[in-house]
Amino acid sequence: MSTRDEARAAPRAINGRAPDVFRRGEWVPMREHAEEEEVDFVVVGTGAGGAPLIARLAESGFSVVGMDAGPYFRPLEDFASDEREQEQLYWLDERICDGANPIVMGGKNSGQAVGGSTVHFAMVSLRFRPEWFKSRSALGYGADWPLDWREMWGYYQIAEQALSISGPVRYPWGPRRPRYPYRAHELNGAAELLARGAEALGMKWTATPLATVSAPHGRSPPCVYRGFCRFGCSTNAKQSQLVTFIPRALAAGAEIRDLAMVGRIEVGANGRVSGVHYHRDGRWRFQKARNVVVAGYAIETPRLLLASATDRYRQGLANSSGLVGKNLMTQSNQAVFGRMAQEVRWYKGPPSLAITEHWNYEDRKEFFGGYCWMAQGPLPVEWVTIQTSSRGLWGQALRDAMEHYIHQVGLKMVGEMLPDERNRVTLADEKDQYGLPIARITYSWGENDKALIQHALGQMQMSLEAVGATDIFRQEDDTNHLAGTARMGSDPSSSVVNADCRTWDIPNLWVCDGSVFPTTGGVNPSLTITSIALRTADRICALAARGEL
Amino acid sequence: MTDRYPGYDVMAKRWTPSWNEQTRRVVDQRLAVLREPRFFSGAEWRTLNAVCARIMPQPKDRPPVPLPAYVDEKLHMRRLDGYRYAQLPPQDVAWRRGLAALDDESRAVHGAAFHTLASDQQDTLLGRMQRGELTSVAWGDMPCQLFFEHRVIPDITHAYYAHPLAWNEIGFGGPASPRGYVRMGLDRRDPWEAAADRGV
Repeated sequence: MSTRDEARAAPRAINGRAPDVFRRGEWVPMREHAEEEEVDFVVVGTGAGGAPLIARLAESGFSVVGMDAGPYFRPLEDFASDEREQEQLYWLDERICDGANPIVMGGKNSGQAVGGSTVHFAMVSLRFRPEWFKSRSALGYGADWPLDWREMWGYYQIAEQALSISGPVRYPWGPRRPRYPYRAHELNGAAELLARGAEALGMKWTATPLATVSAPHGRSPPCVYRGFCRFGCSTNAKQSQLVTFIPRALAAGAEIRDLAMVGRIEVGANGRVSGVHYHRDGRWRFQKARNVVVAGYAIETPRLLLASATDRYRQGLANSSGLVGKNLMTQSNQAVFGRMAQEVRWYKGPPSLAITEHWNYEDRKEFFGGYCWMAQGPLPVEWVTIQTSSRGLWGQALRDAMEHYIHQVGLKMVGEMLPDERNRVTLADEKDQYGLPIARITYSWGENDKALIQHALGQMQMSLEAVGATDIFRQEDDTNHLAGTARMGSDPSSSVVNADCRTWDIPNLWVCDGSVFPTTGGVNPSLTITSIALRTADRICALAARGEL
Repeated sequence: MTDRYPGYDVMAKRWTPSWNEQTRRVVDQRLAVLREPRFFSGAEWRTLNAVCARIMPQPKDRPPVPLPAYVDEKLHMRRLDGYRYAQLPPQDVAWRRGLAALDDESRAVHGAAFHTLASDQQDTLLGRMQRGELTSVAWGDMPCQLFFEHRVIPDITHAYYAHPLAWNEIGFGGPASPRGYVRMGLDRRDPWEAAADRGV
């Protein structure tokens, strides 16, 4: 068997135990539930939204089963130090992409593992700018969130503690926040150049708050700067959901079912959901549940809601607004690259060790939304992708360009794209290996998106020129992260879920992942997803205490 | 070819703390790729070999990285990318049709199979594919430009830069687990990293 197929050969979380991610070959006990037992919650997806919710609900005394389509990895044993092998972390099942600017899926935005995309994310853990929660009324674009930033500030702090974020003592933008739990990581060469460039342009910069520890934490050793963060951390320094909230969930009595692909949510005669049909270990099964939480992220969440249509809900579940699958957002992820006389060796350490959020907090510009940029450290396969897709190089010209690898430097943006109902997820006619309709993902950039991108490219280029980079080129076409498709709001006619992530249409059906974002902001989304999940868990407890579940 | 990092060999770190057991297994498996096609037919294989040699020409003074074998393995093992453009068929259909169409173009223009053409003739045809200028009916509804951009280029170049020989050429540190790096700043090099030939 290929090494890449080993973790997917058979479920590992069975027989009352789950892999101990911190000890080779060892197990931790796991409570199990019978399928005919009606559990309090089934949570579909165990990533940045699902895992914290599973843990907090279990810690609050609910019976919880978390399901994930992906395998239960043992990082110490399964993770090779290799870009290609570690594609095993991605959601690689077929999806069809169209529109004027089709989104590249896979490693840029989709994980398939217990722990979800956090197993391969770049660990960048940022708070939203407060105004983004009211971007319609405060900034004039997008839609308002039904959440108050001051409440979110509290949940961000809980999330940062739980993930042992390493960051600066004082963060240079936005309202005061406490110092980060762990000290900032040292800068690598690429980050030093971001800092010099920002200072030359008169902008503030800082060490990036990252979910990898700078000192020991529990059984996580400090980061040793391997640089393979986006391909799975083989030492457990990285604070992914797999090594943080998932172990907490198990210890609190939650059950995790790996390699469990949920294909349909069942609706009972009373119009409420009654459980999920899922495929595991070679056959379809059914788990009864009092509540179902969908936490599959912005493609799989609407796909499941749409595919679960019934005679009663012909347009899919929770879709009386017609908005399930709509307002899909990605983030602009363009970059500018250049070459230094010095050796940069950007492959060392986490890829984004320094950041400037200058243009997230500066509103004197001719378009809506904001963006940040970060230092870069692409490994060879990603770097050749950038060279070929941005410059059209092949043959000897490509070989020659690649030879400058250790002298390269780059800045990459994470930029806000505006919600647009035409950007959406629908079901294609084509079926996947389970016989389920695959997702069709339609995306086109708007004029505002294009203006923001051009502004950012110009700014990043000035920064590189200021540090003396030569042979500068632009990567004009790249996106990352996802959001939208089941937006939260205050009005059932213009949103899918309320502030508690509860669907308006079906009171025991919830959505808890980046799908609920009405707007996406100009920072990486994972910390906000986790913070919303922590809030949702508290809200569920409060509702349960009042008998309102 | 100039050797920018003389004496540097990622494979020499195989039994150092930079490589753990699972990484050794993975790289061993990669180096042991089957050299005979399991997916492609004989005619397709000959065309693919010629395409790989032009997309990623390799030095004559060492055995080449067997790029066609990696493309064949990806298709044989059905390793998907996680998406495809709506205008492209699934990867297996795309590759078969694309290679046949390229050969068809070659016969129409030069009266000979693609793999028998001179390098510059091959490059010209590949360049026209990249620019969307090939028009054989054999392409069907598949835009040749998208086939070039989303199948030919990534499937071949990703295989190359996932190979230790390519890492040596560009001075990449290669596998780093459990040992990472210590000297992080500009112009700093750990002893287990590639040293550039700075001339005399």
